[in-house]
Amino acid sequence: MKLKTFVWREIFERKNQLVTSFVAILLGISVIVAVKNITFYSEKAVARELDALGANILILPKSASLQDYYGADMQEEEFPEEYVTSLAMSDIQGLDNISPKLSVPVELGGKQFTLTGILPTNEFQAKAAWQGAGIFSRPENCGTVEVPGILAAPTKETLVRERVISTLEEDEALVGADVGATLGVKEGDSLTLLGKDFSIIAVLPATGTVDDSRVFAHLHTVQPLAGKGSVLNAIEILGCCNEISKGLVQKINSLLPDAKVVTITQIVDTQVKTNQMMAKLSLLFLAIIVLVGGASIANYMYSNVFERRKEIGTLMALGAGSRVVLKMFLLKALALGIAGGIAGYVLGTVIAVIFGPRIAGVIVLPMASLALWALGVAVAISLLASYFPARQAARLDPATALQEM
Amino acid sequence: MLSMKSVSKSYQHRGKTITALYDVTLAIPKGDFVAIVGPSGSGKSTFLLMFGGMLSPASGSVQVDGQSLYDMNSEQRAVVRREKIGFVFQTFNLVPYLTALENVQIPLFLADLSEEEQKIRAAALLERVGLGDRIDHKPSELSIGQQQRVALARMLANDPPIILADEPTGNLDPENAESIQEFLKEANDEGRTVVMVTHDMRAAQVARRTLRLVDGKILNGTHN
Repeated sequence: MKLKTFVWREIFERKNQLVTSFVAILLGISVIVAVKNITFYSEKAVARELDALGANILILPKSASLQDYYGADMQEEEFPEEYVTSLAMSDIQGLDNISPKLSVPVELGGKQFTLTGILPTNEFQAKAAWQGAGIFSRPENCGTVEVPGILAAPTKETLVRERVISTLEEDEALVGADVGATLGVKEGDSLTLLGKDFSIIAVLPATGTVDDSRVFAHLHTVQPLAGKGSVLNAIEILGCCNEISKGLVQKINSLLPDAKVVTITQIVDTQVKTNQMMAKLSLLFLAIIVLVGGASIANYMYSNVFERRKEIGTLMALGAGSRVVLKMFLLKALALGIAGGIAGYVLGTVIAVIFGPRIAGVIVLPMASLALWALGVAVAISLLASYFPARQAARLDPATALQEM
Repeated sequence: MLSMKSVSKSYQHRGKTITALYDVTLAIPKGDFVAIVGPSGSGKSTFLLMFGGMLSPASGSVQVDGQSLYDMNSEQRAVVRREKIGFVFQTFNLVPYLTALENVQIPLFLADLSEEEQKIRAAALLERVGLGDRIDHKPSELSIGQQQRVALARMLANDPPIILADEPTGNLDPENAESIQEFLKEANDEGRTVVMVTHDMRAAQVARRTLRLVDGKILNGTHN
């Protein structure tokens, strides 16, 4: 016989008394697991939608007016390209992709289009100091998410979605869908813009925005062609949602006081509010389970100790020290915590998977990491709530416990 | 050897002071079989609990094999009980959710014996008390007499040199009572010191000597 034999036998002998405590911890853990599970996939879904929208922060000249988010750079005002360096060298977290742009009007085949100079990411990465600033490293738990397949997608898809392109030579150009259709050009053709020949490396898919009427070329090619120095019309940033909620826009504003920083605030705010509400809900349930579950377990344990006084006294008479008695009750609490944690995780996951699509409109999958969380919380609550009753049992006076002697 | 020197103990009950033991000095040599008799409330239980290291005296000292029990801490006294003392109670005090075998295993488990050893030794003891065919029965599935025999087997589990018995025949019919008396005598014949508290004079006859406890005082001793 081992100590666990005592514990198991006692649990099964008096399982009805244990049910209330088990149910308290089971319900508490399952609700938190369900909320956390749904929240995770809800955040992921919203973040994915936000990712699909592309850049969510725009840096414009101070005097610029914002008529169309996607065409915000189509204006006369400019600001220095050094702003990009300032951003890159700053310690601001959450700047996922930075895309500086200079747009100038061009006429092709009798129609007006826009020539937009962009900077490929390989030029950022080539600069060690910028890499050190970590612009292209996405912080953990960033609201933006990796969408399977996107990283391996063709360059033109990446440009449309993230408004960033990894490589672009000085004589290469990408043309929007309308430009391609109007001029009848395709990948591999050449195109003359402002007196310079460009090789078309891709015709971008239609987006339904002004981007369809753009020709994209290297920023440092467009600037001299347009007769301008190192200036920009706009910087587009794919900002991390969580960081936006923590004041990313204000931080950029402080860094670049002469620029205007705008964001798709409505979408971000909604997501941030949802996240905050879910986080508060999780905390609320955690507080409830700690109070109700803990109180229920403590109450049960005190009753159990009282009921088993004679048994404890007998064990002490037979030579059990206080440590054995303490361990006996804590082992029982551990078993209760493990059972409540596992059952709570399973029930919470089932609730999340079944009701997640109805509540949050997202597909919810089981999360193994929550199992560890559930187990840890349930065991900690159970052990903490049982410690004082267990200590009382260990300090029991055997003579009093054996009153009938 | 068990001894008490000038031991006193009193309780407060509903505002009154009740003297359980008063200036008791006593020596019980190794291998003795002493019956302590007396009316209810005479201090018999206090006497036994003190020898068991579970109730400290208000004054005086209690010694087991020359060691002063109450100069030890509670963990050390638990070791003394585990190694030297076998208890048997009037109400048997079997753990209700354990089988007869597991109940006998308790002192062996507390002494850190391997599970295999525990089972072999517990089964042999149950065989000795005539319950070899009841090892998997829980106390509720055993008769009163059988339950007391399980308690006797448990008492002997760690082969204790001292046995403290509290009214061991108090709840038994004459036939079972006699069998328990015989068992205690047998244990004494094996060289164990037996101290039995009882109010049954017939049960006391089995002891080598009888001490009478009245109002916390040892009045006289008779040799049987």
